[in-house]
Amino acid sequence: MQADPRGVLTGTHFLDGDHACCEGALAAGARFAAGYPITPSTEVVERFALRIPTVGGTFIQMEDELAASIAIQGAVWGGAKAFTVTSGPGFSLMMEHIGFAAMTETPCVFVNVQRGGPSTGLPTLPAQADMMQARWGSHGDYEIVALSPNSPQECFDLTVRAFNLSEEFRVPVMFMMDECVGHMTEKVVIPPAESVEVYPRRHTRRLPGTYQPYEPGADLVPEMAHAGEGYRFHVTGLTHDESGYPQMNALAQDRLVRRLRQKILDAEDRLTMVDEDGTEDAEVVVVSYGITSRVAERAIEMARQRRVKAGRCRLIGVWPFPDRHLRALAARVKAFVVPEINLGQISREVERATGRFARTVSVTHAGGGVHRPEDILEAILEAAR
Amino acid sequence: MSALPEVINPVEPFLRSDRMPHIWCPGCGIGTTVNCFARALLESQRNLDRVAVVSGIGCSGRVAGYVKLDSFHTTHGRAIPFATGLKLANPSLEVVVYSGDGDLFAIGGNHFIHAARRNVDIKVICVNNLVYAMTGGQTGPATPDNVITATAPYGSYEPAFNLCALAEAAGASYVARWTTFHVRQLTKSMSEALRKRGFCFIEILSPCPTLYQRRNKMGDGLDTMRYYKERSKIRHGSSAREAPLSKDGEITVGKFVDCERPDYIESMRGRLAERLGERYVEMDEPECE
Amino acid sequence: MAKGNVEIHVERCKGCGFCVEFCPTKVLALAANFNSKGYHPPHVVALEKCSGCDLCGMYCPDFAIFGWKLPAARGEEASDAG
Repeated sequence: MQADPRGVLTGTHFLDGDHACCEGALAAGARFAAGYPITPSTEVVERFALRIPTVGGTFIQMEDELAASIAIQGAVWGGAKAFTVTSGPGFSLMMEHIGFAAMTETPCVFVNVQRGGPSTGLPTLPAQADMMQARWGSHGDYEIVALSPNSPQECFDLTVRAFNLSEEFRVPVMFMMDECVGHMTEKVVIPPAESVEVYPRRHTRRLPGTYQPYEPGADLVPEMAHAGEGYRFHVTGLTHDESGYPQMNALAQDRLVRRLRQKILDAEDRLTMVDEDGTEDAEVVVVSYGITSRVAERAIEMARQRRVKAGRCRLIGVWPFPDRHLRALAARVKAFVVPEINLGQISREVERATGRFARTVSVTHAGGGVHRPEDILEAILEAAR
Repeated sequence: MSALPEVINPVEPFLRSDRMPHIWCPGCGIGTTVNCFARALLESQRNLDRVAVVSGIGCSGRVAGYVKLDSFHTTHGRAIPFATGLKLANPSLEVVVYSGDGDLFAIGGNHFIHAARRNVDIKVICVNNLVYAMTGGQTGPATPDNVITATAPYGSYEPAFNLCALAEAAGASYVARWTTFHVRQLTKSMSEALRKRGFCFIEILSPCPTLYQRRNKMGDGLDTMRYYKERSKIRHGSSAREAPLSKDGEITVGKFVDCERPDYIESMRGRLAERLGERYVEMDEPECE
Repeated sequence: MAKGNVEIHVERCKGCGFCVEFCPTKVLALAANFNSKGYHPPHVVALEKCSGCDLCGMYCPDFAIFGWKLPAARGEEASDAG
């Protein structure tokens, strides 16, 4: 369905990634945000606080990230689309509630504008070191979806997609920006509302009495209801069955947790989002995401100038990891070069998925800046040898 | 037994009867508070489809799973922020937070004081059994001085929070304390709170016979109820600060605070309307489709 | 004659004794027999004293008992006593 025009700031703008992300949320239909200030993400909610009163919705700055990450879920069950925004230290605080969202299948978006870590780290400088945490940060077995934009334009477009995916799969979606993309200012084109596709809340059509809150549909995703509609449903973070009631035994656990996993993994093809170029005959493929992909572009260009058959496979969807897609590529290439602003996180995934067929060369950066094209070029040349 | 087949317990429609009997121990007072709550809902004529219960983790947190209302069993200490989000997204809901002393005042303490400060229109019912019961009876922020708990095997030595005083200091519009003995007054208090706008707090002292009372050789649930009956003094309007609880002393109960001040949504709308005039768009009903 | 009666849900009872204790007219006592969980539920020992006030119902933590006024008694009441 098309977006609500009240939230779509149609036009050509000059915005940074944080601001563009906020516009993406509004365009996607977000009408509630709860946040807590943390550099370099704060502008997202500052803009939301400015915009939402004339769009129709609520922003509340909560007392900490623990509160923000659960307030959005209350808002979702109250009927709104909602998101929160943070960076490393706040992301860590939100982990319990990311798990709660996964367990209760609460659709919502968590934006992490990554900065140097661990701990307080480098609040104003970029990193990409929360990528594994996005996938594994909460306790227990669960799946999430994570997207990685590499421009302010993508901060708009992919935020809309993030909301849509969270509604479609009833899963928390991690929007993994970085400080560079968040604070870089570029042209952002926001189309008319009619061209913005939004995925509506999967609200049940069943009447109260026949509705089971966690009865999965054919795609393993249950339909939702909101508080106040007469359904009298129960939601709990305890292991539960289709009625929503706690069922604390191994059988219920097996059914529930495997379904939470499968609903995402079964959709691996749908959730494989990559931006590729020159991989048909490549010897070396550079796998990158976020701001690093912009530097990688230059490195690939330089490699091609040196007659190295280098290709790019930019990950737009990082989780679920595109295993199948990369394995298919691995059959044809010599090596993958994985530059990232961390000490090797997604490179492990690349190696896990493709290690039997191709080499993986990790090009690390501890954080606080971006790679130089030469750093990545060097790795490409070495891998091609 | 019954001679008239149509007579049903007025409380039964509020319960998820398919989940009875519940898990609370013999002599535990939580069920009694739920009884009062059900009656208060009836008395205050709430539309039950519009009442949502949000609880945290703990014995008292299990209330959400037993009431036949839209209910949310959330994370430890975070029922209040969840409830805040729920209320803000759909202001026409009546949102009740039902939880325990440890959940609301230790891990949840920060959220409690801020929601009270903001005067968020939620009703917080706190069953205070003086310990973390579900996990085995450990010391909590409301545990009196010099009692045995699972984590204070030689006797506790921390002063307890006076929950009502905290609520009052943080800005709650309605603050009352009762015990599970005071069923009529408690029902009335709950009914008042349900009909009042703003952050309302009701503390209910309850036995935890399996852990707290047993470890301290204070008898069982009934013995505790007798203690409540004998040692409670109703002092409406007294200052909550002057009414701390103790191990075995007098229990001051009653309504301590009942004042009027704008609730969060009122304040928010007021300010935005003032500044934006015609441009301000209120969010009354959720729109996410 | 009794103005009220009680309904007891034996299997829900956990034998806490609140109803017995707080019945204003001492209508109830814990039975010698027990339910399937081993608790002694209450039983009526003085029905004629029951006013149907439902104080037992208000106290019960287990929703295992409630009192109700007989129709004749209800008709005599000018207003709701609770």
